[in-house]
Amino acid sequence: MIPADSRLETCIQCGTCGGSCPSYADMDHTPRQIFALIRAGARDKVLDSNTPWMCVSCYLCAVRCPQQIHIPDVMYALKAKATQEDRVPSHVAPDFSKTFVDYIHKYGRSFEVGLVAKHYLRHHMSRLPGMTTSGIGMVTKGRMGFRPHHIEGMDGLTAILDRATEIEQAKQRAVFEQPANEGAH
Amino acid sequence: MTTPKTGVYVCHCGTNIAAVVDVEEVRDWAASELADKGVVVARDYPFMCSSLGQELIENDIKEYGLERVVVAACSPHMHEKTFREASSNAGLNPYLTELVSIREQVSWVHTDKAKATDKAKAVIAGGVYRVSEQEPLEPLIAPVNSATLIVGGGIAGITAALEIASAGYPVHIVEREPSIGGHMAQYDKTFPTLDCAACILTPKMVDAGAHPNITLHTWSEVVDVSGSVGDFKIKVKHKPRYVVEEDCTGCGICVDKCPVQVIDTGFESGIGYRKAIYTPFPQAVPKYPVLTPENCTYFAKGTCKACEKFCPVDCIDFTQTDEYVELNVGNILLATGFQPFDARRIEAYGYGRLPNVFTSMEFERMSNAAGPTGGKIVLRDGVTEPKSVVIVHCVGSRDKNTNEYCSAICCMQSLKFAHLVKEHTDADVYECYIDMRTPGKGYDEFYNRILDEGTQFIRGRVAEVTDSLRYPEEAGCEGRLMVQVEDTLAGVKRRVPADMVILSTGLEPQPDATEVARMFGVGCSSNGFIIERHAKLAPVATMTDGVFAAGATLGPRDIPTSVSNGAAAAATILSRIAQGEIAMEPYRATVDAERCSGCRICNDLCPFSAITFDEDAMVTEINPKLCQGCGVCVAACPANAISGSGFSHLQIMAQIDGLLSDTSGGAGRHAEEAVGATA
Amino acid sequence: MATQYMYYPGCSMDGTGKAYHDSIEAVLPALDIRLAELDDWNCCGATEYMGISPLRSQALVGRNLALAEQQKNGTDTLVAPCSACYVNLARTDAYVRESEELAANVNDALSAGGMSYTPGSVKVRHLLEIMIDDVGLNEIHQHVTRPLAGLKLAPYMGCLVSRPDYDDRWQHREHPHALDQLLLHLGADVVEYSRRTDCCGGHMTQISPDTGLELIRRLIVEAERSGAHALVTVCPMCQMNVDFYQREMNHRFHEDHHMPILFFTQLMGLAFGMPAKDLGFGREIISARPALANIGIEAPLTEEEEAERAAAARPKRRRRGDPTLPAPEPRADQEALR
Repeated sequence: MIPADSRLETCIQCGTCGGSCPSYADMDHTPRQIFALIRAGARDKVLDSNTPWMCVSCYLCAVRCPQQIHIPDVMYALKAKATQEDRVPSHVAPDFSKTFVDYIHKYGRSFEVGLVAKHYLRHHMSRLPGMTTSGIGMVTKGRMGFRPHHIEGMDGLTAILDRATEIEQAKQRAVFEQPANEGAH
Repeated sequence: MTTPKTGVYVCHCGTNIAAVVDVEEVRDWAASELADKGVVVARDYPFMCSSLGQELIENDIKEYGLERVVVAACSPHMHEKTFREASSNAGLNPYLTELVSIREQVSWVHTDKAKATDKAKAVIAGGVYRVSEQEPLEPLIAPVNSATLIVGGGIAGITAALEIASAGYPVHIVEREPSIGGHMAQYDKTFPTLDCAACILTPKMVDAGAHPNITLHTWSEVVDVSGSVGDFKIKVKHKPRYVVEEDCTGCGICVDKCPVQVIDTGFESGIGYRKAIYTPFPQAVPKYPVLTPENCTYFAKGTCKACEKFCPVDCIDFTQTDEYVELNVGNILLATGFQPFDARRIEAYGYGRLPNVFTSMEFERMSNAAGPTGGKIVLRDGVTEPKSVVIVHCVGSRDKNTNEYCSAICCMQSLKFAHLVKEHTDADVYECYIDMRTPGKGYDEFYNRILDEGTQFIRGRVAEVTDSLRYPEEAGCEGRLMVQVEDTLAGVKRRVPADMVILSTGLEPQPDATEVARMFGVGCSSNGFIIERHAKLAPVATMTDGVFAAGATLGPRDIPTSVSNGAAAAATILSRIAQGEIAMEPYRATVDAERCSGCRICNDLCPFSAITFDEDAMVTEINPKLCQGCGVCVAACPANAISGSGFSHLQIMAQIDGLLSDTSGGAGRHAEEAVGATA
Repeated sequence: MATQYMYYPGCSMDGTGKAYHDSIEAVLPALDIRLAELDDWNCCGATEYMGISPLRSQALVGRNLALAEQQKNGTDTLVAPCSACYVNLARTDAYVRESEELAANVNDALSAGGMSYTPGSVKVRHLLEIMIDDVGLNEIHQHVTRPLAGLKLAPYMGCLVSRPDYDDRWQHREHPHALDQLLLHLGADVVEYSRRTDCCGGHMTQISPDTGLELIRRLIVEAERSGAHALVTVCPMCQMNVDFYQREMNHRFHEDHHMPILFFTQLMGLAFGMPAKDLGFGREIISARPALANIGIEAPLTEEEEAERAAAARPKRRRRGDPTLPAPEPRADQEALR
């Protein structure tokens, strides 16, 4: 949910966001292209795109955009929408997020070791051998906590998150619902 | 209470009024319900402001012997003059005609037709009641002083000055810098013809300097303004040049001998040097140098005085101080121009942090053959020629983080720069733009010419200018800048290696624009540019009568537009001067000396300094020439001793009575019924 | 009397960010600051939760704000040392202040856990801001007993301290000088680091090594180019990315970089005369020992370096015939740290 109007309609397609984005190289579409596609009603292209998942939330686009559009918020909303519709592109990022979030739901805190382990085993097996020395280093230097920390108010947190889900589902409000037109899919 | 014969005219204004207000019902109501207030005829008409509409009024005045006219239509701002003149043509004093607004105040702001119709009736009743208390008035005639003050000696100001002076009238140009010429004097070539700016400007500067009717007050500022149209009193401060102008020959020896060199942030835009005593450029008008005490060794330490020692005519005078002059003028033209946007405000472009990022003004001076590099395009080290130059559009324009507006000239300026770089060097030139705005005469043709010359255009707003190399393949670019931009047409991000980056900075109002506007009694918009009276129909007049504006002080514009502005303002001013007198609205406050108790509450309230106190008679007096009829003193006087002609207590109370009167009677039909009847 | 703040450590503090934890514990008491850890705080969601569901992530963060409001004890300031935690907390507070509807929804969710949050009742600030604004550079300077002269540091603030800046506290969002100045006041030699606020890539190192490793490479290369012995950071994510993944990056690009990255509190502790091992030194993968060797001994400046320093300190006089064009001065407000 974005409190302020995202002002996507005011985008003049100048390309400052795309030009600023540090992770641009891996994106299917530049942020600017995503906005153009949203306005063209190309829902599928947008939700199947890996662009929002490659956003690092560095806010360079946000402070440079001449129309002051809340770009990272739009990216978050797109990620959420894609997740809700189960349209996550075949990319690693959504799975990483999901794993991260699962730990929060279990423990109330993130569990770095578990996250990294699960993630690499699933997606980056080939990197593991090269990371052994560093990995061992982390252990010997006391930077790996092998046991997850449980918060005490877990029940309360679960209730809060469940209630938030209820509210969200009740008030479905997409950032960019376009009337189905133009067939630009 | 008198009941003068009154005519009521209800305008449809097409559908603007008629679609919401039942104009026929209102007409009939006025004819019947206001008959006892003097209404003898009531009409409705599609467009009262048309010639035919006006003729209705004129004919009725003659036929019915009307003594008052009430027109219910648009706002008085629009057509009060029209209807007053119509009445006047038919022999009725124009100030016995009232225009009441049933458009801006009724049909444009309400949607409930029945209520709107009722309100229209009330508004008309107010008008009729008031107008019966109105008395005939005559406009105040004030003489117009034939002298004109022009603030700002740039191209707009010079143009206007020459026009007015050639017509035979005196002009004073007050210019803050040591020479007239403005920003145009700093440019190298001007688009789209690539004329050398100085070549086309200096003849006009020379004319202005030599014209018998033009008095130049350079190195001067206006410090006080009082009076009103036709009769302004201006106080001008002449800052000390420390040079005796009458004796100075302009030989320049003092400048040569001065040992102090400082960065010239004025004419050379911070990319060159000047001495503590200097003329800004060789063709300066007037030719007299100025000395800036904050840079002068003598003023700092009491020593040196090289200029004095070497001056062959002994015209250096360290004892000079500010001098003040009083001018009397009839009209004022503000032509104070602009300042360039400070590009240091945009961190991403690195101006101020990265040496080889330049602004447009810096580049103009660099490219200028009379500039600090003799016209050589070089990097900040003063020596190296760039092999790759990137020109960045929209720096400080079209950007909610800095200025939202488009600065109008930067696209053309950028194209010009591309041409100049190619002319002076072998460099590759890139231009990064969002849109290409080339609307003027010959402008798009110029764009095509630049395309032809081989400049590469990248459609994308530059995201970043950096000295940080990133990718391994950039290893050969050590020491160069990288311009990072999304090429939106190709859909790829590009990092363009550049030796020099030129930022096309936008135009902003002068730093003291709001203070200057306040001093002259004109308004500024929120971004600091002066507001014109009407953006389309009165683009060089302001809401203050007698004060005009021309050139970039009104907003970003190119040279042809500034010149047109100057000429247009001159034409209006000349018409005023030619008429020799000006008719001012007769709405003035007057003091009833019998009633004035001498409490002086009103004395300090007048925003136009029109109120004085007669110590002998112990009563307040109001100067009708300065009074603008604002009504503050009328409202403030506890003894009811001040009344306004054209807005007396009686008139205002009458209008209130009318507005509050019961409009329910008469042949009222509701709008829906009316529609039904005609359907 | 110690100044007290509420403290939100974040999930990395007792894991990958341990050195930060050690140095904070050592340094803050020296500045007479007491950090009261929020009781039973939960994860802020990093950048991951917002991607699943914005409202839930606001509620997740909201629980922490609600706890802070409850546990306020003479202070309403919640300090976060990790930039991502800081942004999440600051954003949720800013958004619920801005939107009544969002505030109502978040409080509705919180009520299911018996909690609530009054928008604006907690002030969220980053640890660096506390140092610059509350403690002040002069005060920090007073505590320096072993100036870090000779140690060339690249101040890397990372992207989330001066951006998005919901409360307009930063004038310079891309090149703020706050960290530069802090390190200068520790006596260190601070290099002009052009990538002060360029992103370390966040989770990209895990998700997409092509992107992530290149992003850290650019930071490291720029630090080397500027002549730095070490990078200094304010965020455990940045530290981990540049530190833990440096070897893999070297491998991928067939290069051999060795740029240690340290937390600013570690450098503060060193300058305050505390032993390195108490400050988490030794926990870094890319060893800081070579860098520290530069100041292990109080090395006197060479004659050339002396002359260079003296020349730099003298006001410049333009030589006749010097073709160099003058350059613009910094703006008056650019002197400001932020």
